[in-house]
Amino acid sequence: MLSKATSLPIKLCCFLFILMFCNSISGARSRREQVFDGEKANFLVRELRKNFDSGRTKSYEWRVSQLEAIVKMLEEKEEEITDALYKDLSKPQFEAFISEVSQVKSSCSEALQELKHWMKPDKVKTTITTFPSSAEIVSEPLGVVLVISTWNFPFLLSMDPVIGAISAGNAVVLKPSEIAPAVSSLLVNLIEQYLDNSAVRVVEGAIPETTALLEQKWDKILYTGSARVGRIVMAAAAKHLTPVILELGGKCPAVVESDVNLQVTARRIIAGKWACNSGQACISVDYVITRKEFAPKLISALKEELEQFFGKDPIESKDMSRIVSPNQFARLVNLLDEDKVSDKIVLGGQRDEKKLRIAPTILLDVPEDAMVMQEEIFGPILPIITVGNIEDCYRIIKSKPKPLAAYLFTNNEQLKKDYVENISSGGMLINDAVIHVATRGLPFGGVEESGMGCYHGKFSFDSFSHKKSVLYRSFDADSSMRYPPYTPQKEKLLKAIIGGNIVQIILALLGWS
Amino acid sequence: MAGAESGWSEKKVFDTEAASFLVKELRERFGSGRTRSHEWRVSQVKALLKAVVENEDKIVQALRFDLARPPLETLVYEIGMFKNSCEVILKELKHWMTPEKVKTSIATFPSSAEIVPEPLGVVLVISAWNYPILLSLDPVVGAIAAGNAVVLKPSEIAPASSSLLAELIGKYMDNSFIKVVEGAVDETTALLQQKWDKIFYTGNGKVGRIVMTAAAKNLTPVVLELGGKSPVVVDSNINLKVTARRIISGKWGLNNGQACISPDYVITTRDFAPKLVDVLKTELENCYGKNPLESEDLSRIVNSNHFARLSKLLNDDKVSGKIVYGGEKDEKNLRIAPTVLLDVPQDSLIMGEEIFGPLLPIVTVDKVEESIEVINSGTKPLAAYIFTNNKKFKEQFIKNVSAGGLLVNDTVLHLVVHTLPFGGVGESGMGAYHGKFSFDAFTHKKAVLYRSFAGDASLRYPPYTDTKLRLMKALIGGRIYDIIRALFRWS
Repeated sequence: MLSKATSLPIKLCCFLFILMFCNSISGARSRREQVFDGEKANFLVRELRKNFDSGRTKSYEWRVSQLEAIVKMLEEKEEEITDALYKDLSKPQFEAFISEVSQVKSSCSEALQELKHWMKPDKVKTTITTFPSSAEIVSEPLGVVLVISTWNFPFLLSMDPVIGAISAGNAVVLKPSEIAPAVSSLLVNLIEQYLDNSAVRVVEGAIPETTALLEQKWDKILYTGSARVGRIVMAAAAKHLTPVILELGGKCPAVVESDVNLQVTARRIIAGKWACNSGQACISVDYVITRKEFAPKLISALKEELEQFFGKDPIESKDMSRIVSPNQFARLVNLLDEDKVSDKIVLGGQRDEKKLRIAPTILLDVPEDAMVMQEEIFGPILPIITVGNIEDCYRIIKSKPKPLAAYLFTNNEQLKKDYVENISSGGMLINDAVIHVATRGLPFGGVEESGMGCYHGKFSFDSFSHKKSVLYRSFDADSSMRYPPYTPQKEKLLKAIIGGNIVQIILALLGWS
Repeated sequence: MAGAESGWSEKKVFDTEAASFLVKELRERFGSGRTRSHEWRVSQVKALLKAVVENEDKIVQALRFDLARPPLETLVYEIGMFKNSCEVILKELKHWMTPEKVKTSIATFPSSAEIVPEPLGVVLVISAWNYPILLSLDPVVGAIAAGNAVVLKPSEIAPASSSLLAELIGKYMDNSFIKVVEGAVDETTALLQQKWDKIFYTGNGKVGRIVMTAAAKNLTPVVLELGGKSPVVVDSNINLKVTARRIISGKWGLNNGQACISPDYVITTRDFAPKLVDVLKTELENCYGKNPLESEDLSRIVNSNHFARLSKLLNDDKVSGKIVYGGEKDEKNLRIAPTVLLDVPQDSLIMGEEIFGPLLPIVTVDKVEESIEVINSGTKPLAAYIFTNNKKFKEQFIKNVSAGGLLVNDTVLHLVVHTLPFGGVGESGMGAYHGKFSFDAFTHKKAVLYRSFAGDASLRYPPYTDTKLRLMKALIGGRIYDIIRALFRWS
């Protein structure tokens, strides 16, 4: 192609050009190969399904080995975990340990303690209708499950569902949130290092990777996040008839009556708001409802306790998380800067864009159609709505979608009873905030817009299990009455037997009734 | 204005607007709290029971019209089972409605906790045509027991049952909260566009996907009771006569094979198959006579669509010559005789879809243990049956075969055990009902924790110090020694 006459420099240039071109193609190919696309996702699921089918994850020993490995991981890598949480959210070490690490440890401990018992088939009573027979409900793993986690408690909300999936004997893929990148990449390393990679895997990424995963057929999907994406997850799951657990959110109200211990109430509201990832939690106190005449006292108490907790300059406090990202920061600032709201600030309002920090902010009596009352706040802004009668709170709460949690502070027993009866939410806490999710024996999940399904403790095991009914019959006592040809006498006897009533059966047998 | 008050029922077409109006109306009424009381729920369950008991004849007639169903099957399986459901509810409801107390730990001391069952709100039940009364009323009575308002959409493929249901519910039930919408695809689509608090669907996987996709738009949880190919594994050292009779009873004795838990196909060893076929032939003749197309004890095929579908399965080249019993058809009367096929290939049409009819293929294997692999190569069915006296094989089967429910040495009967959840897994469905599971399916289990103002430790709160962290770790760890040590260093 190049004649002998072409000069050497030109030949050299052409050669270099061709070399660079080839390099860029192979570079692009290896970059493509690195992309987690539909094909990769399909391969991953097939591989895990093959491994699951081998029966490995079903044994008690395997499940226990994985749970013990997680306990070991928590002991050996606690510092790495809290460091990553600090990197992603400036989460204070105290919060990181108490709200994430220790909760995961507690989940593991409970599973290790109870697993043998959970795995045992549940014997159930049978009636004379199927006599002689015995029956039981056998828990079996669903197969290969997907856990899609979120950014605000990125370690807890990844590991807790994974623990549930493992304890129920499933293979599991975890997709952590890319909005908490340090924890996401730490999870990749830790799970690779400590757990059985033939059955437990992590896929990092954002929308394209999540989409690729959602195109596959899973035996269950547990998603934690927003209602908008929850709809997308469920619609994708519907294509494969995959059951889902959706842990979403909502505006969690805290109703405060005037008969409370004011200091404790204020402290607990703060603990459930600003000391809880700076309000960035699905069960944070979103807004407060209280009596008009009580509001000033409550605000005063909150101001005092906030200063005790975070000092005079809360933006500088090391004991409060920052806002996770510039996007979220802009969203929150928008809520504060709305005309309807900007003059309702009674405390705080300061912000530092560079540090992604917003001071604890309290708003008093914002209008119901303000943006801050329309969407889940998920930040350090607390609107206080005042009412004439405390019962007016029901109208306000019920005008919004059912939240993940609802709180009430009062000593009035009747009010407590009415509140529990009238308000529907995922869960409820009287005279405190947030900690109900740490209570063993209580399911954690939403209702309506705040989600479907639940987990924690045995509910995790159950959620990732199929409860298979088994009935055992013998060949004895086979009576011809079930079989055609059908006669009126057979009919009477069968009706009596289905009804299970001994007297009727005897009468029918004797040819009466 | 009278027209506006009677709302959609005045309109001829049940469209999206009518559906929206209906749901809005029911939601407002539900908000009144009336359906929550034990008294209301019990009154409605009793009313529904009364409706069925007082109209047994009408129900039997409707099923004769829709399916030529033998009266005994209707009386025992549809009416009898439904009455049972009601009686269980009436006996247990108070107990089910009581909040479940939960133990709390030292971490939240002092506190108490409970799980409070509450109704979801306004729910939709979409029923099927094969057991049109039972599969409508059983979920409906569960929804009522859980305190919900409910809309029932019966199947248009069983028109006499559908209109009887509308009549009975209109006459006996509290129509402020319980409604029936008759119709077909258009009406169902209009209903599915609304926001429900739960949707309970019984039918096939194709429509199940449509229902769940529609539900996803409103984050509505669903129960899907679907189907599949329910296999029957027959081992060799069993009581052959009883086995054959029980297979016949579960297959042809149940709507002529048109049931989601009908034995779909049999797997047995090559050696044993001829014996099984012989006994089946004998017992089939004992049950249905020499001319089964004329037998009054067999339901007909529901409609010409399904008749054509089943004929196609029989006409498949791959199964020609495999029919060992039956095969007769009467298109005019929509009847197909009980038919047994032997040694059908896995890639035949009849092995590729849920049969839902009176055709029973027998698949043969060398060793009976291979049957587990055959079953697991397909999608998970709603039921799986095994006839064996071999304890080890039985245990292997239970351990390795995943299905909605399993039955050893019989067919279908697990349906009547109300302490067992009835539902599918994978392609055969999600969620379950019957007995308390019905109540739970239509209930939200709300977690409630009660605390007092006493015993508020500053340990929880900022400013965070190393000491607080040490103490918290010790408290959580629960080891007394650590707690004391940490306390000592507290200053």
